[in-house]
Amino acid sequence: MTLTALTALVRKDLLVFFTDRRAVILTLAIPIAIASFFGSLFSGPEEGGERARVAVAVVDQDGSALSKRIVATLGTDRAIAVTQPPLNEARASVQGGRMAVAVVIPAGFGAAAVRTFLTQGQSTELELLTDPSRGAEVAMVRGLLTGHVMQAVVQESFTGPDGRLAMEDALKTLDSSGMPADTRELLRQLLQSAQGLSRAQDSGTAAPAMATPFVVRETPVTGDPFAKYNGYAHSFAGMGIQFALFAAIDLAAGILLERERGLWKRLRSAPLSRTTLLAARAISGTLITMLTLLTGFVFAVVVFRVPIGNVAGFVAMIVASSIMAASFGLLVAALGHTAAATRRAAAFVVLVMVMLGGAWVPAFLFPAWLQQFTWLVPVRWSVEGLDAMTWRGLGFADIVVPLGLLLGSSVVFAALAVWRFRWEEA
Amino acid sequence: MLAVRDLRKTYGTLVAVDGVSFAVEPGQLVGLLGPNGAGKSTTVSMIAGLVTPEAGAVTVGGEPLSGDTDPRKRLIGLVPQDLALYDELTAAANLRLFGALYGISGRALEDAISSSLLLVGLAERAGDRVRTFSGGMKRRLNLAAGLLHDPQILLLDEPTVGVDPQSRNAIFENLEFLKSRGKALLYTTHYMEEAERMADRIVVMDHGRVLADDTLAGLRQRAGRDAGPGASLESLFLAMTGRTLRD
Repeated sequence: MTLTALTALVRKDLLVFFTDRRAVILTLAIPIAIASFFGSLFSGPEEGGERARVAVAVVDQDGSALSKRIVATLGTDRAIAVTQPPLNEARASVQGGRMAVAVVIPAGFGAAAVRTFLTQGQSTELELLTDPSRGAEVAMVRGLLTGHVMQAVVQESFTGPDGRLAMEDALKTLDSSGMPADTRELLRQLLQSAQGLSRAQDSGTAAPAMATPFVVRETPVTGDPFAKYNGYAHSFAGMGIQFALFAAIDLAAGILLERERGLWKRLRSAPLSRTTLLAARAISGTLITMLTLLTGFVFAVVVFRVPIGNVAGFVAMIVASSIMAASFGLLVAALGHTAAATRRAAAFVVLVMVMLGGAWVPAFLFPAWLQQFTWLVPVRWSVEGLDAMTWRGLGFADIVVPLGLLLGSSVVFAALAVWRFRWEEA
Repeated sequence: MLAVRDLRKTYGTLVAVDGVSFAVEPGQLVGLLGPNGAGKSTTVSMIAGLVTPEAGAVTVGGEPLSGDTDPRKRLIGLVPQDLALYDELTAAANLRLFGALYGISGRALEDAISSSLLLVGLAERAGDRVRTFSGGMKRRLNLAAGLLHDPQILLLDEPTVGVDPQSRNAIFENLEFLKSRGKALLYTTHYMEEAERMADRIVVMDHGRVLADDTLAGLRQRAGRDAGPGASLESLFLAMTGRTLRD
């Protein structure tokens, strides 16, 4: 009899869910739409495609060989798009938010920078006009700029016209520099050698030197050498979990509505255990949340070619995440009073959970102190586990911990729900 | 068939039910009357197993009910005051669920659905969603859901609230039919004329206690000369429970 009743209760929940076809379509379509949007933001360029470049204005007020070299080398960087507007236009672009950074190379920068590099002069300034709201882009440009300027200064110092003049000046003033005698002698030898090299290169008797000593080769590290990062995998995991939890809230609201409508009295008057009644809701909730997650991922696999690296692990993560969401729904039902109020309060809790769980933006963007807390949020275990089983290409062993944590939290949620559930029906 | 003995239930300092005892025999309809807050619904809830009594016992066929899964609960059918139906589902789908809760399945379930819908005059609306039903039709379906598993005892908690005279009359005819088949009916209502018309015995409750448990003639006799031989049940009820407003 228990199995008959359990099956009937689960079937009823599914029938009620599928009755409102418009709501079902929206329930399944909205996460797909939002995940597609977020995925497009975080997915990076298509294979062979261009990565979006950060717009950088360079205002060269110096016009020296070094500053021209800096502008030229910045122009070859694929991470930035360099333009050279006048200073007032560059400032207006940054102020208006159309550009994150403008680099101003002041007059006299080239000569001063080379002189400082070769001797112990005062450091000269390179001005950055920055949009304070775009810290990440500013930091990236600062890093790139440092590299390119140092490369240009080194090359200019030893092989360029400003460098030759600076070396001659340095040799003339070396005796009066106040350096210890042995250091002074070593520097003299270095400068004379560099002068010799520069002259030889100018006359064509020596091969070009002072080239960039290395190039960077990026190797994406995943568990499967053929697996590639796919931003849609992460966004569909995050949005899937978020909407699975929203479905769990609907489950809770459904239980509370049953109570408000007197249906719970009819269910409780039947010769059924409390376990049967709650297990039926847990099963139907798990099936509905699983449907939400799977529909999204089927779409992601077909349309965005999200890779499923380990099918068994992926299915296990979907099932565990769905059980967690359903048991969370039971807990919400146990703690709630009216359906309307509970829906509002639970939606807030879910939004906090998914935000902290890294479902919207990756958790590594959070401050360090906050990242520690995110490990307490089951959403993070779901997202990390699903990432591991999709684009990271990791094996089943790598999700044992998140699986265990998800199932453990499900047990805790369910136990609290049973403990706090209001069984008495006056 | 159904007996309650010394039932007691409190909510904090409020004594909702205090030593309530009465019995309902097969083929008998007992009217359970009382002002708001008298303890009627709590008493019905304890009989149906929705609320655990602090003291006393509910016996069905002489055996006490114990626990959620007691198979004797199958002998009881509840028709709650609320329209305890899934509006989103059809009448048949509702009954299919409620039948399955009592372990009925297959052909037996379909037969039970057909006969209960036929009894309440909704056979032709079996495939329609409940949300399309009128208030009276929902009340009749609510009754059918309580009857589906063919219980020997039917608990009816104000089953005619908000229905038109036609549907109310149809429900009365259904109850007469059930009585004639030997079912034991416990009927709570605020409509005195319903109890007057239907009840074989009347239990009057107030402040959680039973004030009277008798036939209508017996209640009149108790009231004595003041009430007179033709006194209405309402006047007898007001004489027992007073005229003070309870809400």
